[in-house]
Amino acid sequence: MTVAIIRFGGSNCDRDAERALEYLDIDAEIVWHEDGLPEETTGIVLPGGFSYGDYLRGGAMAARSPIMAEVREAAADGVPVLGVCNGAQIGCESDLTEGAFTTNESARFQCEHVYLRVERDDTPWTEAYDEGDVIEVPIAHGEGRYEISDDRLAELEDDDRVLFRYCDENGETSPEANPNGSKHDIAGILGDRDSVAVLMPHPERVTLPDVGSTDGQGVLRGFESA
Amino acid sequence: MTAYTATVTVRLKHGVLDPEAETTKRALERLGFELEALRSADRFEVDLEADSADDARERADEMAERLLANPTIHDYDVEVAER
Repeated sequence: MTVAIIRFGGSNCDRDAERALEYLDIDAEIVWHEDGLPEETTGIVLPGGFSYGDYLRGGAMAARSPIMAEVREAAADGVPVLGVCNGAQIGCESDLTEGAFTTNESARFQCEHVYLRVERDDTPWTEAYDEGDVIEVPIAHGEGRYEISDDRLAELEDDDRVLFRYCDENGETSPEANPNGSKHDIAGILGDRDSVAVLMPHPERVTLPDVGSTDGQGVLRGFESA
Repeated sequence: MTAYTATVTVRLKHGVLDPEAETTKRALERLGFELEALRSADRFEVDLEADSADDARERADEMAERLLANPTIHDYDVEVAER
């Protein structure tokens, strides 16, 4: 199996994702978006960064690039897709997932460690955890506030599509523990299928033991179980 | 064919928080201005050749639907003028 990490102009977490996956013995390859998806693709990472300089909106340009039609097709066929940070914005902009990630409540770029509560433990991305587990993962974004209409939000929650919520170290949600003003503290969501997930925090940055925490490993291991 | 400019204005839907506008409002207040509220919007001016104003409007509408606006958070309007 080979996980394709799609590099757009301005992606900058593609190599982090590659190293993290390699560390977990998951075969991965960086793919330039213009080259299209390799035939042997068995998983897809939409990495973090600033594709197309965040022109218009974070992820807006990359979402309309031709390779994303292939990604949507692959996702519909059950190929696991993980969007991280800018990749999460691309996921929402390309309708792989609902809603939008937009300007932080603070109107500032925020780079800090946050706590996430695992809301589902029966998806490939969270099999390694138990529901209610708290993991520590960094964020680095200016447009990470999750926004969605109240009707759609109710549907999303009724369908149990929320994967991670921002919380404090005890797993309690609160305005103080929500770094960017996301609706209902949402940090990560699932698409139509459990095999499609996007999140603003960076699990690939807490995978290698050299950098401290390894709380993010379980998310990337989703490519093994999906 | 006639030359038109279609002006697409994209703004946040009512009720969607606009932190940049809030920050701008506070900066204006620091400068001594009095104001109740401030909203920001993006304006795109699209020059195009079309058979009619309706045709130009339709095309600009589609541009807004497919890229310029994000329907989750934005409303938009289109104005067309001959140029």
